[in-house]
Amino acid sequence: MNHISPVIWQFLVKWLTNFALFPPEASKIAPQMDALYFFMVLVSLIGLTVVVLLVVSFSILYNKKRHPVAVQVEGSTLLEATWTIIPLGLFLVMFVWGALIYFRVFTPPANAMNIYIVGKQWMWKTEHPGGQHEINALHVPSGRAVQLTLISQDVFHSFSIPAFRVKREAIPGRYTTVWFEATTPGTFHLFCTQYCGTNHSQMIGDIVVLTPEDYRKWLASSTSGASLAQNGERLFASLSCAACHNARPDARGPSLANVYGAKLALSTGGTITADDAYLRESILNPSQHVTQGYAPIMPTYQGQISEEGVIALIEYIKNLNSDYRIQQTLNTTDLPPESEGKVPAAKGPASQGTVKP
Amino acid sequence: MSTNTIVSLPDQTTARIPKDNYISRENGLLSWLLTSDHKRIAILYLISLSFFFFIGGALAGLIRLELLTPQTDLMATDTYNKVFTMHGVIMVFFFLVPSVPATLGNFLIPMMIGAKDLALPKVNLLSWYLYMAGGLLALYTMAVGGVDTGWTFTTPLSTHYVNTNVLTTGLAVFVAGFSSILTGLNFIVTIHKMRAPGMTWFRLPLFIWAHYAASILMVLATPVVAIAIVLVALERTIGIGVFDPTKGGDPLLFQHLFWFYSHPAVYIMILPGMGVISEVISTFSRKRVFGYTAVAFSSVAIAVFGFFVWAHHMFIMGISNYAVLIFSLLTMLVAVPSAIKIFNWTFTLYKGSITFETPMLYAFGFMGLFTIGGMTGVFLGSSGTDIHLTETYFIVAHFHFVMVGGMLMAFLSGIHFWWPKITGRMYPEKLSQLAAMVTFIGFNFTFFPQFILGTLGMPRRYASYPPEFQILNVFSTAGATILGVGYLLPVLYLVWSLRYGAIAGNNPWQATGLEWQTQSPPLTENFAVMPVMDHEAYDYEWLEGQQQTQKETEATSAG
Repeated sequence: MNHISPVIWQFLVKWLTNFALFPPEASKIAPQMDALYFFMVLVSLIGLTVVVLLVVSFSILYNKKRHPVAVQVEGSTLLEATWTIIPLGLFLVMFVWGALIYFRVFTPPANAMNIYIVGKQWMWKTEHPGGQHEINALHVPSGRAVQLTLISQDVFHSFSIPAFRVKREAIPGRYTTVWFEATTPGTFHLFCTQYCGTNHSQMIGDIVVLTPEDYRKWLASSTSGASLAQNGERLFASLSCAACHNARPDARGPSLANVYGAKLALSTGGTITADDAYLRESILNPSQHVTQGYAPIMPTYQGQISEEGVIALIEYIKNLNSDYRIQQTLNTTDLPPESEGKVPAAKGPASQGTVKP
Repeated sequence: MSTNTIVSLPDQTTARIPKDNYISRENGLLSWLLTSDHKRIAILYLISLSFFFFIGGALAGLIRLELLTPQTDLMATDTYNKVFTMHGVIMVFFFLVPSVPATLGNFLIPMMIGAKDLALPKVNLLSWYLYMAGGLLALYTMAVGGVDTGWTFTTPLSTHYVNTNVLTTGLAVFVAGFSSILTGLNFIVTIHKMRAPGMTWFRLPLFIWAHYAASILMVLATPVVAIAIVLVALERTIGIGVFDPTKGGDPLLFQHLFWFYSHPAVYIMILPGMGVISEVISTFSRKRVFGYTAVAFSSVAIAVFGFFVWAHHMFIMGISNYAVLIFSLLTMLVAVPSAIKIFNWTFTLYKGSITFETPMLYAFGFMGLFTIGGMTGVFLGSSGTDIHLTETYFIVAHFHFVMVGGMLMAFLSGIHFWWPKITGRMYPEKLSQLAAMVTFIGFNFTFFPQFILGTLGMPRRYASYPPEFQILNVFSTAGATILGVGYLLPVLYLVWSLRYGAIAGNNPWQATGLEWQTQSPPLTENFAVMPVMDHEAYDYEWLEGQQQTQKETEATSAG
């Protein structure tokens, strides 16, 4: 063959060695989703075969040559009921089965480790809790539940890992989450699947699944010196957050110790759970939901903190479990208490700088 | 007596095209541009739609050429983005939405119900002008640099992040939307008020039922996309912030509004096509459509359920899990009426007397491809598998199976079926059967590999892709060239047939519809005598009796 046509030879070789029909299954959810997928393929094939067989056999049996005069048949309630109920039943099975998988994909287990993903035109930025940053790559350990918290700093993006059968939209101004448990060490595709402008097709990267041991090594070798929470602490100090959120009796802002996950009473009545979304909103749009007992005096930090900065602050607040820690923060900085009146915008560039990878 | 065709043409040596018909009555360009005759307006639409189809098709060709190789070598990514955006805008808003209703619907609705014209003939002409205004604006947009938002205009990309011609494209869609609304309104009024004596609702051809259902969608859904476009325009120009999260807006709201139209729009596109299939399958199997009422009501059911499934486009976008549950369930329900139709058409063949002229071949193609398109829709409607398959080539393949494999096949089926009525002449049968086969084969080669690509995870709207996806893309592009031939052939032989086709006579297919009981091409006022409907739809025994009487009268007058 090689002598006849090198091109065809090349084509065949490429075909045989580099031709996939089905993506690898590299996460715990993948085989479960594929089971449903193949069930639907099977039902489709049977359905299609039934239709094609009927059309072909009717065409043979009742073509004009063999069957010159048509016999008028009005309809049949029994048949109508059959092909209403059977498809409906099958579709309902697919609905329930699909919903079970959907809820599994979007309900992370409590012990999942959290990694933040920030999408922007046209790259993915990954923020590990240990302070490791990645661009267009994500290293995860196998055999451990990993939750991704995604946000976009400009347009809609979508974080897609076909080998894990997992995909989640990264939305501007809102956190979304998804989780997976990788099973097979290796490198897999990461795609942005929501059209996001000029270089949409270059917003791709690698998902690297490491064995737990390799992952520990990778974490150690990729550290940037400070954890995400430590970055947040620095930001907390430089933005003078502690001027109000200082846990003193006369503080103008509520104490933030143990606030994460707590149910807070609002000044407008009602309660709200202090999750990532609420903390983000409280930094960028503080007057939206003010905690009971405090005046709506906090200025907005919209446009002054990058998404990574907000993430670092949230990570810091998540790890705050005593008022003492806040006062420590206050003491470790050389900011005089009077600086509270200053416009935070003046420190804008400095605050951004602390979390740059 | 038992030949394998039902075509019965008049004696070609003596037959003539009737001297007085809607084409010959008036001459000159103005007589066309200022006409209020629904048949002439249908012809205007047919010409302009075909024009836009081939522009959209050429853009599709460019897309497939670029995807022949994994790298971006034919065009820059920006150009590629503009090309697929314009392909989508032109094909959806200027071909698929108006395709069957504006051409065949316009031509046939008054004739099928026994009326002289639509209820609002001048509004009908206005619709065409609005359509053309929108279409020309879209072409102007292309000429001055195009737009690269995707046909979905997703915010905030379309409002804050692109510097291309979003406003003019939006205006084009906005204007064309009014064309659609007015057409829908016209059809609804006509079907309610203009039916001939004896033409009760359950004697209407299923083509009419399908158009009625689609018209409801046009009238109720289209204003919502108009609103969404106006909001995008206001956001771009004065920054009202409805979709801007930094101003307290919701970027996802746009998608709710957009899909509130664009999902029903899918049914605006497909329902009239289903109407065509009902007529064609009945005629070529000489049988009343199996379960007439089930098919009629399934059209209405699709229209009603079609309004409540829009959020299935947003399963992974962070809408609440319980919303996903509801929309997934409703999506499953809307799949059922389509399944019912497929089985009813299949059983129409049962004990029929089937022949395989071109319209029937296209109809068979429709049934096969629409079944695949519909079933793969269930893959996406099931929330679990949607996570993996959405935003990939699986979705591209799915909607091309429904829109191109389904709708376009139905359109071609209908064009061939009513061509003798529209022009008075037959198309060349053998050549057109070949075209139908070529289209079917080319279509499968083009779009089937895309299901596999999507399952592998290849994202849609990518100008470049990882090399392991190449083989399947090569297949797809090869198929597209075959498909291109399949679409060019009808243009050539249909134009040829305008002059050289056999004279068709009133009713070459011996079909039962009222439109076949008058001359071809019809008079401007459609019927010489106001028809009275004294039989059910698809009553082939009535037709036989009718032909018998006619023969006897001819015999007595000759004798």
